[in-house]
Amino acid sequence: MNVTLDWSWVEPAVAIAGLAAITVISRAFFMIPQRELPLPDWLKRGLKYAPLAALTAVIAPEILMAHGELIGTFRDARIPAVLCATAYYFWRRGILGTIVVGMAVYLPLHIGWGW
Amino acid sequence: MSQRSGAVTAVRVTVQHPSFRQAAQDMAGTSLGIAAWGLVTGVAMVKSGMPVGMALFMSLAVYAGSAQLAVIPLMAVGAPLWVVWLTAACVNLRFVIFSSMWRSYFAHLPLRQRLAVGYFSGDVIYVAFMKRFPEPRPQPEQIPYFWGAATTNWLAWQVPSIAGILLANAVPLSWGLGFAGVLALLGVLLSLLFDRATWLATGVAATAAIAAFALPLKLNILVAIAAAVAAGLLMEAVDRRRHHPRVVLVPPDSTLPPEERTQVQDGDAVALREERHP
Repeated sequence: MNVTLDWSWVEPAVAIAGLAAITVISRAFFMIPQRELPLPDWLKRGLKYAPLAALTAVIAPEILMAHGELIGTFRDARIPAVLCATAYYFWRRGILGTIVVGMAVYLPLHIGWGW
Repeated sequence: MSQRSGAVTAVRVTVQHPSFRQAAQDMAGTSLGIAAWGLVTGVAMVKSGMPVGMALFMSLAVYAGSAQLAVIPLMAVGAPLWVVWLTAACVNLRFVIFSSMWRSYFAHLPLRQRLAVGYFSGDVIYVAFMKRFPEPRPQPEQIPYFWGAATTNWLAWQVPSIAGILLANAVPLSWGLGFAGVLALLGVLLSLLFDRATWLATGVAATAAIAAFALPLKLNILVAIAAAVAAGLLMEAVDRRRHHPRVVLVPPDSTLPPEERTQVQDGDAVALREERHP
């Protein structure tokens, strides 16, 4: 009998433990030291670009790529969904509505027409 | 009194304080939005292929909406830990700024309580708390108020998130419900774009992330972050000198006169050398 233990859960579990630590450290950051620290300039500057860079880097391939390549067709439900969601955002400035509008365009095209 | 019953009493006093309920009322308005986010995040975790048990662990341990959504696609393809963590840290950077505000209210608490306050302080709690206590100095009712807001927020997030995890398991993957997570991040991203520099940085990040997609270990994320931050800072440096620099024509075979050299170094003038051919 050759039973191989499944260790595939270890890496995601470690990743999640680390992410929990990141939650605590980032949210408590300036409350951790005893003495008060000044807000450094690099943080204020980084704050403006680092979050939007990380978000864009994650979602751009999710929206514009399929099977590791830039999508070459407009018959992809993600494109009209993202365009309508973006239009809604700049009209009403609500994130919740952005999700709802995007999915309302995406699901019929994706499930119904197979885009 | 034993330590344990002391803690129970402390919790009871906090929960029964009028500020605790006040906070819960203040948070009611945003709870619907939080709940929808939680649902979307729960669905997105499972639809990325994460096992239900792992998704429950993630929801309960990490407790950070946009960071969770951002790392889900990375974890799904087995990106290295440091790329996952770096991405989450970038998305969480705003909390570092918030923490310096929390400090002026809670610096007198012991370290363990400060860490607990940090862990449970999300964006919407911050907004509600700052509206209720604009003066940055400690007051006794702030602690029950904080825990009232934190409890409401935690329930408004975790209950729908867990519901999303369990329900998504019953919906076929082919429906593409995980796309809601991408749309949620899109909404957050759009809310961060408010001037030329941020739009440019986003364009650079998108281009770099796609162009470098073939890199191993999801390093395209890192390339995109570095390129976008560099582009944004560059754009800012250019914008700071809004007055138009003048062009100084430098004849061939000669150097810049000293006073024009300082102008060029200050960015007030751009040196253009004449060339000796048509």
